[in-house]
This record gives sequence, structure tokens and C-alpha cells, in this order.
Amino acid sequence: AIEERERLNANTVCAVFTLRKAHVETRQVQINLSSSGKNRSQYVKTPHDVPTHSNRTGINVVFAFTGDGMNAYMAYKVSTRTSLAMFKSKTFFVRRRFSDFLGLYEKLSVKQSLHGCVIPPPPEKSVVGMTKVKVGMDDPSSVEFVERRRGALERYLQRVVSHPTLLQDPDVREFLEREELPRAVNTQALSGAGFLKMINKASDAVNKMTIKMNESDTWFEDKFQEVESEEQQLRKLHVVVDSLVNHRKELCMNTAVFAKSMAMLGNSEDNTALSRALSQLAEVEDKMEQLHQEKAANDFFVLGELLSDYIRLLGAVRGCFDQRIRVWQRWQEAQSTLQKKREAEAKLLWANKPDKLQQAKDEITEWESRVTQYERDFDRIGMTVRKEVLRFEVIKFWEAFLPEAKAVA
Amino acid sequence: MTYPQPFRSVGAMMQEGLDDGPDFLSEEDRGPRAVNVDLQTDATLQVDISDALSERDKVKFTVHTKSSLPNFKQNEFSVVRQHEEFIWLHDSFVENEEYAGYIIPPAPPRPDFDASREKLQKLGEGEGSMTKEEFTKMKQELEAEYLAIFKKTVAMHEVFLCRVAAHPVLRKDLNFHVFLEYGQDLSVRGKNKKEKLEDFFKNVVKSADGVLVAGVKDVDDFFEHEKTFLLEYHTRVKDASAKSDRMIRSHKNAADDINRIASTLYTLGTQDGTELCKFFLKVSELFEKTRKIEARVAADEDLKLADLLKYYLRESQAAKDLLYRRSRALVDYENANKALDKARAKNRDVLQAETSQQICCNKFDKISESAKQELIDFKTRRVSAFRKNLVELAELELKHAKGNLQLLQSCLGVLKGNT
Repeated sequence: AIEERERLNANTVCAVFTLRKAHVETRQVQINLSSSGKNRSQYVKTPHDVPTHSNRTGINVVFAFTGDGMNAYMAYKVSTRTSLAMFKSKTFFVRRRFSDFLGLYEKLSVKQSLHGCVIPPPPEKSVVGMTKVKVGMDDPSSVEFVERRRGALERYLQRVVSHPTLLQDPDVREFLEREELPRAVNTQALSGAGFLKMINKASDAVNKMTIKMNESDTWFEDKFQEVESEEQQLRKLHVVVDSLVNHRKELCMNTAVFAKSMAMLGNSEDNTALSRALSQLAEVEDKMEQLHQEKAANDFFVLGELLSDYIRLLGAVRGCFDQRIRVWQRWQEAQSTLQKKREAEAKLLWANKPDKLQQAKDEITEWESRVTQYERDFDRIGMTVRKEVLRFEVIKFWEAFLPEAKAVA
Repeated sequence: MTYPQPFRSVGAMMQEGLDDGPDFLSEEDRGPRAVNVDLQTDATLQVDISDALSERDKVKFTVHTKSSLPNFKQNEFSVVRQHEEFIWLHDSFVENEEYAGYIIPPAPPRPDFDASREKLQKLGEGEGSMTKEEFTKMKQELEAEYLAIFKKTVAMHEVFLCRVAAHPVLRKDLNFHVFLEYGQDLSVRGKNKKEKLEDFFKNVVKSADGVLVAGVKDVDDFFEHEKTFLLEYHTRVKDASAKSDRMIRSHKNAADDINRIASTLYTLGTQDGTELCKFFLKVSELFEKTRKIEARVAADEDLKLADLLKYYLRESQAAKDLLYRRSRALVDYENANKALDKARAKNRDVLQAETSQQICCNKFDKISESAKQELIDFKTRRVSAFRKNLVELAELELKHAKGNLQLLQSCLGVLKGNT
């Protein structure tokens, strides 16, 4: 009779643990939903996610590993689907390296920034990442890294393409269409161009500190403040999300260790039913560990990456504002030069030197036209910046919404 | 003597050790307080802790007894006891030679509010640097943590008393009756430095002795088997208990992080009234609720799993002590035998040697007999306690997971409906 009761009890315990396994499955299903969501958001940001007016261009990026040894690099396959007339065909693809993406960014920022556009920033260069990639694809962490980069590159291209002005740029078209692009060597960190860039950045920073622009338009002032505070908040959020991911990883480790310990305890237990129950508990804990791992990865991919993306974007918006300040600077400088030239002309008039006078007059007219041009530039950039920022906000809303909702699932 | 039926339905087991709980226990926590032990409520002697008060650095327990035994003056009465008095009672059992053959219920651990108090202090110091909402939230959290520790320590003390009350021999102990009944302070002072040092040395001697004695092979197979089993079990339970603690701690950390995310999202959301900000507010709410659930899961795991393991750690230590005492008695018996032989050979002090040998023999037999029964009981108790707790743990986890799933689905629905 005792044996029977023991067996009955063992069965009850086992039943409960199968129930628990079922709940683990439920949670797994939950996660599967979101991971397929993750896949979706990473593979195809279908056009209706972003209001691109009448632009129907979809971009898709997958990766493939090429090369070997020290010269190994990751090649990304960029496939485009479009209905725009200016492209040669409806669907096409090209192979690009990471430095190609950076090169595109450089070209665009040089050309377009003077007009006050917000240039979408590409993912950052990372020495650690590159060495990981060079080492090989066996390491799971390098796979993760490549996956993140791939997603970021795709988002970057989507943003470029959805910007009406940038899409018209021949460089962008070339990037998407041309089979072989010349190696963008000036994006390498240790090249001469790299150093030049760093020096330029430093001098810009100094400039910003010295020139104080008297802001006539309060709209810009307000917006700038908003952007800054938002960036700060997002940075804080990012830090917290990071710590959550870390703690989840810790939880994974601890759960795994605990599961092993439980298994050992089950082994040493006399009573067979209890022993079985304990080993089942160990198994369930193992599954929980995998679940936690997935959750951590999820959080990291969706929330963490999104946040760092936005922080970079906000940085780009700030760069846009900076551009405007620089243009204003130029205008002011031109005005002061004009002033000086006029004074020189007055002096010459007074000194009565006719030939020099003509030269002076010419210079003055030239400078006057420059001044008006710069003034117009300044106004135009003001308008463009306004438009850009508004557009940015709309995009941001849509872009932020969908992935977060998917993350929730 | 009939021992409690080990296999019962879960429902009946839920009833044990229950009383009309005091107000500070919430509805769901009114579950079995005798968490780790399967006891039979005997009408002749029922003990529980009906109330507890936490003061500066000590906790005052109100021990309430209901009894129909003739040696008590009344049928129902209460006294106020402190932790030191529990320890005194436990020590008096351990030192009593009569009880050498029984597993002495392990003493409850000292109530430890230090960590919680530290955090409260830090919170008070950092009050200026946080927003009002953050401050109130953290304060609530800390209070909840304090309450949880408090409940746990009350439960531990109660379990100790119930075990003693349920043990057929220990419940008759005079000290126990004094403990239950004596209205005034027992004026038991905690051990001063000298006594603590003495204790320390006693422990060292005991463990050295234990190693010596453990080497003696036992005649009885049952006990030999038990010895090896208990040693192994004890180490493994210790290991499992430590690991489960770590796991639960990281779970709590993750829950804390979610809390911070919720509050940051909330600040983001209150920037202005745009759509995005409303969205942020909703997500922040979701995170709040998720965090509550996660914290609950961690707390439940703590209660059911970690506490269980810790308790059985202590109990297996007590069982090991019993075995040690028995081996010690065996060694004494064998020594007495040898002395008797020597005395017979020398034909001196034979009577003395004989009597001492007789005493040792009796002692050893008595211990062996009761030890056997105790160890079997220990096994059955352990199995049923584990079973009860694991079942409850599984059920709670299921409940929380379902709740979580529902929450996420509803939130998703709200968000989608928003577009």
C-alpha cells in the first residue's frame, strides 16, 4: 500500500512538472513570437513603416563572408527593389564593404550638410568588432556582432533612401547600382584623411565654444533644447537597459549553475520519486535558463540597439544645428570683409587713385553679391533645418513605434 | 506511538500550522506558515506565534499556546519571547544527555535586518538627489523587503516551536513548558565573550572528535548507510542552497532594473503631450507591472525553494549531530568493554568497570533505538516537505507566467489600438 501511495505521489509530482514544462513552453512561444518579430524588423523594413510619400524603394541587406587571413572582410549584399524611373532596373543587388558605407556617409556629409539636411549616421567603426570578424565566424559573439551591424546598416540605408533630397544624389544611386565601387580609403581610421578629420573636428569644437550666435529665431532655440534633453534621457535609458541585459545574463549563468546543483541533489536523494522530481526540476531550470538568455538577447537587440541608434540620430540632428551656426558665421565674416572693402574704397576715393578705385569697386560688388548669397544661404538653411527636424520627428515616431511593440510581444 | 501520516492531500497540508494570522500578513501569504515541515496538529498541544513586534534591534514574538494537558495552569495563554530565549531553549535540549538519541530541531536563525536597514539609511541620505516619485517608489520597495524578511523570521521561529511540540518526547520537557508558560522575562542573557570563546573551542574539539569517530565502522548496516547518505546529502544541500540564493538575487536585480526603466520612460513620457510621449507612458506602465510580477516570482522562489533548502541544510546538520552522538556512544561502549577486559585480566576494579560498561551499553542501545526511528522520520518528513514546496512552487510559477502573458497581450492590444 505504501508503494502504491508512493507511486501515486510520484505521478502527481511528475504531472505538476509537466505542467510547469508546459508553462515554459508557453513562455517560449511568447518569445518565439517576438523573435520572429525581430527577424522581420531586421530583414525588411517594408516601406509602409516609414512614410516615404510616393517612394517605393525597399532595401534588404544580408551578409556573406569573403576573403581570408588578414585581408578578410565582411561583404554585405545590398539588394534594392524599386519602382523609380531613375534606376536602371526594378530589382538589383550589389556587394559592399563596411568602408563603402562609411565612404557614402563622408561624401554625403560633405555635399549635403551645407544645405542643412540631417544626414543619417552610419554605425560606428569598432576595432574590436573588426578583429572578431577577421578571426572567424565560429565564435558566437562575432556572429552576434555581425548581425547587429547588418541590421544597423540596413536601417541606415533605409533612412538615406527615404530622404527625398538624398535620394536624388548621384552618389547614393551609384552606391546602390554600380557593380564595383572604388575603395573608400579615406575612411580608414589610421589613414592621413582620418587624422585630418580628427583635426577638423577638434577645430570645430573650439570654434563652437568661441562664437556665440545671437539667436533671432526662438524656434531654433527651443528645438535645440528639446533635442538635447531628449538625447540625455535616451542615454540614461540606454544605460539602464544595458544593466538589465547584464543582469539577465547573470541570471542565466546562475540558473544554469543552480540546475546542475539540483541535479546532483536529486542524484544523492534516497527516495526515488523525490529524486526523479528533483532531476526534473533541474531540467526545467535549464530550460528557464535558455529562456532568460533569449530574453536578454531580445532586450539587447531590440531595445538597446534602437536606443543607441536614436542617440546617434539625435547627434546628427544636433550636427545639423551646428551647420546652421557655421553658415551664419560665414555670413558674418563675409559682412565684415565687405565692410572692410568699403572702407578701403572710401580711402581710395579720398586718395584719388582711379585704377585702384575700379579694382576696389569690383571687389566690393563681388563681396556684396557674396554677402547676399550667404544671407540667402543662411535663410535657406534655416528653412531646411526646420523641415528636416519636423520630418525627423514624424519618422522617429513611426520607427520607434513598431519595433517597441514587437519587443513587447 | 503513531507518527504523522506522511502522504496527504495538498489541501490538508495547507491547513497545518495555520491560525488567524495577524494583520500584517497579506491574503496570499496566509498560506502554510509551517513551510518546511509536515506536522500533525495535535489537540493536546498547539503552539504558534500569533504576533510579532519589531523594535530597534530586536524582535518580540508573542508565543500563543493552546493545550489540554494537565500540567499547564490554563488552557490557552500567551507570552512574549525574544530570540535569545529561543536559543536558550535549543541549547538546553542539546546539552541534555537524555535527548542524545533524538534529532534536536535546529535553532531558528537570528533575525537579520542589517542589510535592509543599511539600504534604508542610504535612501534617506540620497533623498535630495532623486525625484519625488523615485523616492516614494524606492521607499515602498524597501518597506516591502523589510516586511518579507520579518515574515520569514517569524515563520522560522514558529517552525522550531511546532517541531518541538510535535515531538513525543521533547514536548514533555520541563524547560519547554517554562518557556511556554512563564509570564515574565526568562532573563536569559546572550552569551558573553568568554562563553562564546568556550563555545568556539568546544566546536573545534567536537569536529576533530567527529573525524576520529567517523572512521569507526559501524556494525549496523542501516546506520552505516545513513552516515554516508547524510554526509553526501548535507554537502549537496549546502551547495544547492548557495546557488539558489545567487540565482534569486540576480532575479531581483533584473526586476530592479525594469523598475528603473519604467521610471525613466515615465520621465520621457511627461516631457510633452505628443503621441510618442503617450506611447512612452503606456510602455512605462507595462514595465511597472512586469516588474511587480518578476519581483513576485523572485520572492516566491525565495520562499519556497531557497528557504526549503536552507532549512534542510540545518536539519541534516542536526541529523549528522545525532549520528555523531551515537558513534561517540559506540566508541565509549567499546572503550568500556576494553577497560572491562583489562580489569578482568588484572582482577582489579572489576565491579567498577562492569558498571561503567553497563551504563555505556545501555546508553548506546537507547540511542541506537531512538536514532533509527528518528532517521526514518526525518526521511519521510523531508520527502513530504520537498514535495509540498515543489508543488507549490510550480503552481505559483505557472500562475505568474500566465499573469505575465495576459499582461503583455493586453498591453499589445492597447498599443495596437492606439494607431
